Amino acid sequence: MQTTTAQRNQELLERFEAIRGCRHHFPLLRQRVNGKPLVYFDNAATSQKPQVVIDATLRYYEEENSNIHRGVHYLSERATQAYEGVRVKVQHLLNAAHQREIIFVRGTTEGINLVAYSYGRTAVKAGDEVLISAMEHHSNIVPWQILCEQKGAALRVIPINDRGEIELGEYEKLLTPRTKIVALVHVSNALGTINPVKTMVAMAHAHGIPVLLDGAQAVPHMKVDVRDLGCDFYVFSAHKAFGPTGVGVLYGVTKLLDAMPPYQSGGDMIKSVTFEKTIYNDLPHKFEAGTPNIGGGIGMGAAIDYINEIDLASVGEFEQELLSYATMGVADIPGLKIIGTARQKASVLSFVIDGIHPHDIGTILDDEGIAIRTGHHCAQPVMQRFGVPATARASFAFYNTKEEIDVFLAALHRVREILG
Amino acid sequence: MSALRELYQQVILDHNKNPKNFRVMQDATGSIEGYNPLCGDHYTVYVRMEGEVIADISFTGSGCAISKASASVMSSFLKGMTRGEAESTFRDFHGLVTGMTAPGEAVERLGKLAAFAGVSEFPARVKCASLPWHTLHAVLEGASRPISTE
Repeated sequence: MQTTTAQRNQELLERFEAIRGCRHHFPLLRQRVNGKPLVYFDNAATSQKPQVVIDATLRYYEEENSNIHRGVHYLSERATQAYEGVRVKVQHLLNAAHQREIIFVRGTTEGINLVAYSYGRTAVKAGDEVLISAMEHHSNIVPWQILCEQKGAALRVIPINDRGEIELGEYEKLLTPRTKIVALVHVSNALGTINPVKTMVAMAHAHGIPVLLDGAQAVPHMKVDVRDLGCDFYVFSAHKAFGPTGVGVLYGVTKLLDAMPPYQSGGDMIKSVTFEKTIYNDLPHKFEAGTPNIGGGIGMGAAIDYINEIDLASVGEFEQELLSYATMGVADIPGLKIIGTARQKASVLSFVIDGIHPHDIGTILDDEGIAIRTGHHCAQPVMQRFGVPATARASFAFYNTKEEIDVFLAALHRVREILG
Repeated sequence: MSALRELYQQVILDHNKNPKNFRVMQDATGSIEGYNPLCGDHYTVYVRMEGEVIADISFTGSGCAISKASASVMSSFLKGMTRGEAESTFRDFHGLVTGMTAPGEAVERLGKLAAFAGVSEFPARVKCASLPWHTLHAVLEGASRPISTE
């Protein structure tokens, strides 16, 4: 028995050692800021990019750049193959049933807007309801608010408790025949809460209600299986998952996507155009008007290859280690309060310090070379729920270290010294 | 002195801890809210004018050390000035925190306000220092709606 535990510990140590070895894949992390080694703790805003992603993007522009789905020439074929190859990679990453269910978009925000516009405008009528949670990012509030205003529908909000967890009992009560869609964050950017989305999807489906999941903060930290979760739509951005900015994914089940009208229109999304009538293209191209972010898409493909290599399960465990180390460390800072203490939490540490504004914390940490986010994190209703104008947020990725957290903790003591 | 110590000078820290004129003004002739939606800084500036003279000025609200100290020093500095003098001080102060005016040049005219010279090294914090001033400007202009830095 003892041997088994020892073996297990040894195996864990080896896996963690392998993760620590990944840090050098990220060239940006080698720099100094304000004369100090950079400590990058703003991963929930955007992740850094491994060399392989930078190289793949560069190589595309050096060797393959051409417009896709158009030319018969060599380069166009090559670019089309590379770009469409990424669709297959995303399909496998999310375990989607079909390639056609993977729609390329600019990012999470555009993905949600697409569904709110296209699905929302056909499915939601006056008197209907759209259900979101109290911990949504503005990008999963405002598109639904606009939809509800235009349709005379109502936006309903699932309450959260003081730990920042969904009140499942209240959620159940809010699922009614008027509810036409549930739009829910998988992992909260402001609180770190990992929502029980599989259960929540099943609860909505019991009422015949489709569910959209905002996976922006989930994909970089955990294995996401859309068929296991059972969700109808899933959206994420490449840039939070080690890929480039300006590209992301909307996953949708074929049945819903097929019935939805186009979101934007123009080239690529058509089969034939006359002045009398346009026949729309099949999925996924029906939702991809115009020349897309090809270089970004290819960078996203390289990021997915990278994610597949690093073993997301170990990454998740390692980040939990960082989170609990930091959580224990900040307990020594007088007057510091953590906002978001869910039992299931990703590596996000949002906090306030008595009498010290988050912006002052941010400036003093920056002087020590530490990048954190301060402000409302595009989640003003979350700030209102916890009665704070803003928070300071440190968010960790697997390339961060305990040594960096020590630097961060020392800097928080310095904040106290300077501002009292 | 490091840029950080230059920013968080003792004057600024003191005014942040114990702000002057931090109160609601019942007999104000004008007041307005100013906020920075990015960081949540939120103040109300009150003014009692006697003709062209700022007879009294106060503020309430919350925000970072820089914005609160700025509101406090501003209120002490401007009391008794004319509208025109206040506006011209705002221009000088704005020049100082955006780095357009050399600190030495400003010190003579700006007195205690020169403590905010360090802000110019922190572009992200310029809005914090200038929010109370923009709010005051709106009061003097007779604006009726809250102002925002964004």
